[in-house]
Amino acid sequence: MKKRFVNIGPIDRIPLGQGISFLIDGEEIAVFRSRGGEIFAIENRCPHRQGPLSEGIIGGGKVICPLHGHKFDLATGQGGEKHECVRVFKVWKDEDQIFMEWPTAKIKPQEKDCAMVGL
Amino acid sequence: MKKKLVVIGNGMAGARVVEEILSRTPDQFEIVMFGAEPYGNYNRILLSNVLNQTQDPTEVMMNPFSWYKENHITLHLGVKAFKIDRTKKVVLGKPLSPEAVPYLHDEKFATQEEMVVPYDYVIIATGSRPFVPPIEGWGQAGTFLFRTLDDCHSIAQYSQKCHKAVVIGGGLLGLEAARGLLTHQLEVTVVEAAAGLMANQLDQESAQILKRTMEAMGIRVLTSMKTSKIISNENKISALGFSDGTSIETDMVVVSAGIRPITEVAQASGLNVNKGIVCDDQMRTSDFDIFSLGECVEHRGKLYGLVEPIWEQARVLADIVTGVAPQAVYMGSKTGTKLKVMGVELASMGEKDTDRIEDEVLVYRDPNRGIYKKLIVRDNKIHGAILLGDTEFADTLMQLFMREEAVPQNRSELLFGFVSGAALVKASDLPDHAQICNCNGVSKKQIMHAITENNCSSVAAVGGKTKAGKGCGSCRGMIAQLIEDCLGKVSYDASEHYYVTGVPLEKSQLVREIQTRGLKSVSRVFEILAQGKEDADSKAGLASLLKTIWPGEYEDERDARFINDRVHANIQKDGTFSVVPRIYGGVTTPDELMRIAQAAVKYKVKMVKITGGQRIDLLGVKKEVLPLIWKDLGMPSGHAYTKAFRTCKSCVGTDFCRYGVGDSIDLAQAIEYRFQGIESPHKMKLATAGCPRNCSEAYVKDIGAVAIEGGSWEIYIGGAAGSTVRKGDLLCTVKTQEEVLAMIGRFIQYYREHAKYLERTYGFVERIGIDILRNILVKDSLGICNQLDERIAQAVAAYKDPWKEADIPAYSGQFEGPRLIEVLREAENNG
Repeated sequence: MKKRFVNIGPIDRIPLGQGISFLIDGEEIAVFRSRGGEIFAIENRCPHRQGPLSEGIIGGGKVICPLHGHKFDLATGQGGEKHECVRVFKVWKDEDQIFMEWPTAKIKPQEKDCAMVGL
Repeated sequence: MKKKLVVIGNGMAGARVVEEILSRTPDQFEIVMFGAEPYGNYNRILLSNVLNQTQDPTEVMMNPFSWYKENHITLHLGVKAFKIDRTKKVVLGKPLSPEAVPYLHDEKFATQEEMVVPYDYVIIATGSRPFVPPIEGWGQAGTFLFRTLDDCHSIAQYSQKCHKAVVIGGGLLGLEAARGLLTHQLEVTVVEAAAGLMANQLDQESAQILKRTMEAMGIRVLTSMKTSKIISNENKISALGFSDGTSIETDMVVVSAGIRPITEVAQASGLNVNKGIVCDDQMRTSDFDIFSLGECVEHRGKLYGLVEPIWEQARVLADIVTGVAPQAVYMGSKTGTKLKVMGVELASMGEKDTDRIEDEVLVYRDPNRGIYKKLIVRDNKIHGAILLGDTEFADTLMQLFMREEAVPQNRSELLFGFVSGAALVKASDLPDHAQICNCNGVSKKQIMHAITENNCSSVAAVGGKTKAGKGCGSCRGMIAQLIEDCLGKVSYDASEHYYVTGVPLEKSQLVREIQTRGLKSVSRVFEILAQGKEDADSKAGLASLLKTIWPGEYEDERDARFINDRVHANIQKDGTFSVVPRIYGGVTTPDELMRIAQAAVKYKVKMVKITGGQRIDLLGVKKEVLPLIWKDLGMPSGHAYTKAFRTCKSCVGTDFCRYGVGDSIDLAQAIEYRFQGIESPHKMKLATAGCPRNCSEAYVKDIGAVAIEGGSWEIYIGGAAGSTVRKGDLLCTVKTQEEVLAMIGRFIQYYREHAKYLERTYGFVERIGIDILRNILVKDSLGICNQLDERIAQAVAAYKDPWKEADIPAYSGQFEGPRLIEVLREAENNG
């Protein structure tokens, strides 16, 4: 099966301990670089009120949405609220470049326990 | 094989009875639920909070979808069960079309295809629908019911284009709707057909007092008025007409005039229906296998619309249907309510009035404070009671009333408690099934279980386990009592006292550790004091503290800052930012105004707003534009985005005002020049007033200076006029402007060093006490004033205008927006 990859650019493009956002195929993705050197990629919009997660404070593997403080696990996408979660993407470092796996199908809202997002 | 149980209705009653059943026999039934509303189940009691935006819709949801999944419940959302075929033993349902109003007898179905679900037992919990009195013009755009989350949403949206609103119905929900509308800045009138507000709970006299209280809050109240028609003009509502021929102007109409049971499905199935679905003491309908509970039920001739009786019905029904306690009976409930309407406390139980001469009626009135207490005693027991404005002893009264216990000989104890203030009824004396939390329907038994079995030793922990105390919070005292009786003491989560959650130290200890170990960056603090464990929640608090401890030397790690402090602007709901330049003392110049106007035009800002702090806010600015607009403005940052000194408002003072006795403008500007950008545990808003007329609201500021006759200045601290309103406490009176600046600086530094993170000055001043603060800061009882003065001077010297980062960004990418990336290549999946 073919997979698509995205080259996000050099790692130092992301300020240490922060995130930045990318527009890929019309989707907004937040990519974070922790102080410990890990890289994470998640969808950029908080399911609560669409806050930009890339602007959130990270630490201990979590990001806090800057608008209302909802929290998400950077590795799994699980939110602090049971019914909230964000999609996560596979990212890795090759030399000093960051790559991300990009789904081939158009991204659809997930069938997840977050059906109440529409509220 | 499992028996099949179908529950019609996914509201509070339906979900509650399922919870009760599962707690008795988790595996006995295969459960299918029908819910006409498209959501999971939510706490309708809290809807007005959603309307007035103090709670988010997600916070009022009671059972997340995962709960249904975990318990293997099949949930048909947006599907209306319309008939039970009792011979075939199947329930028939059809999906509603999205525009159907779930609680109306509205048969807009998405398809004609029927859903057929076989059953062994059915529970009908269809609840009730709002009652709409016959009004001409009802149903057009701008008319609303107030019953569901969708209603809240539509009302809130529509109100944005309205100035005036009328709520028809002066009951609890009607008043709550009015409160919600008030927060949307509308002129609100409540219209009630009866002679007084809250006719179910209040007698004439208390209704009058409540009316006055409502009017003082800005709500107009019309009683004994019957609405006859809604008048519109060019397809837009313009007025409401009454049966006496008069009318009032309005742009929208919300009806909250009581409820009626929803009984169609029972009727269509041939069950016995009177006012409600008739049930026996085992909550059975006229069909042995069909049960019912909740607002749709008529039991012994009575309908119930309160949570507590319905929870009782749920317990009995669950006992019966599971066979766990086949003798269980529901005998009806005595009803009493304790509630808050627009912030006014109210408790009401039993009868409101009596005409029996032998009844004792005790009344206490304090109209000035809006307090009214009335007690009807019959045969030495409470027959009815109304407590308005002061419900301190309501719990006691309610328990005496519910349990039909004899009341003390000295009746005044009932209204005012014992002189010692001890409660008449202790939580420990209550029976296990007594309901402690009325909002979430939690019994003493459940709370005791949480305390003894789940080791919950704090009120917060009990709440986490049982939801008790998480509604209005009025039962938290009772919960604390239960914990104390059980465990000897109530513990507080130790972490409550930590300065930040991620470093297990109180502020004073933390400061000492940071100073003695010379920790100058947030990552060093985590490394040394938290075993290297980084905690996102703690970063911003630590950054603020480090900057206070090490002015000028602090190692600034930008990732520890909240986004506002990374880019020196306030993030808005759409992800854009607001820009507020500093306007010292609220005094600007034509030249500055022109630059602001030109920048606003050039960068197409979405709104230019005069702020409450006498400044100008440019809203809707994209992150990447921030440095450009700052440069064009050529004004320093107003720090309207951070936990720091914000602004100092002033009145026009002595130059022009006929009454001014002190130069408030000069002082305000001096204050702003000195303290601009000083970071603190929370924001500080200041004001100076040229005379005690207080035009600049200095009495309700974090710090306010008020000029008095004779040229002196009074300094007030700890005032607030936000969600909390508090008049500041007088710290001292001084003679000169220099002294004012010195005292303010001293207080600010003490606050910076001793307040908890995110503790506003009003909380801080109240916690420490003004007398103690006066001793420390004015009389120098600790001998630290010199040091405080020195340290604030250092902080002042370390000030840099953060908007200078427009020229040299602090780090690359600081002001960059989303970057466009293309999918570059495709490859075989090699892991």
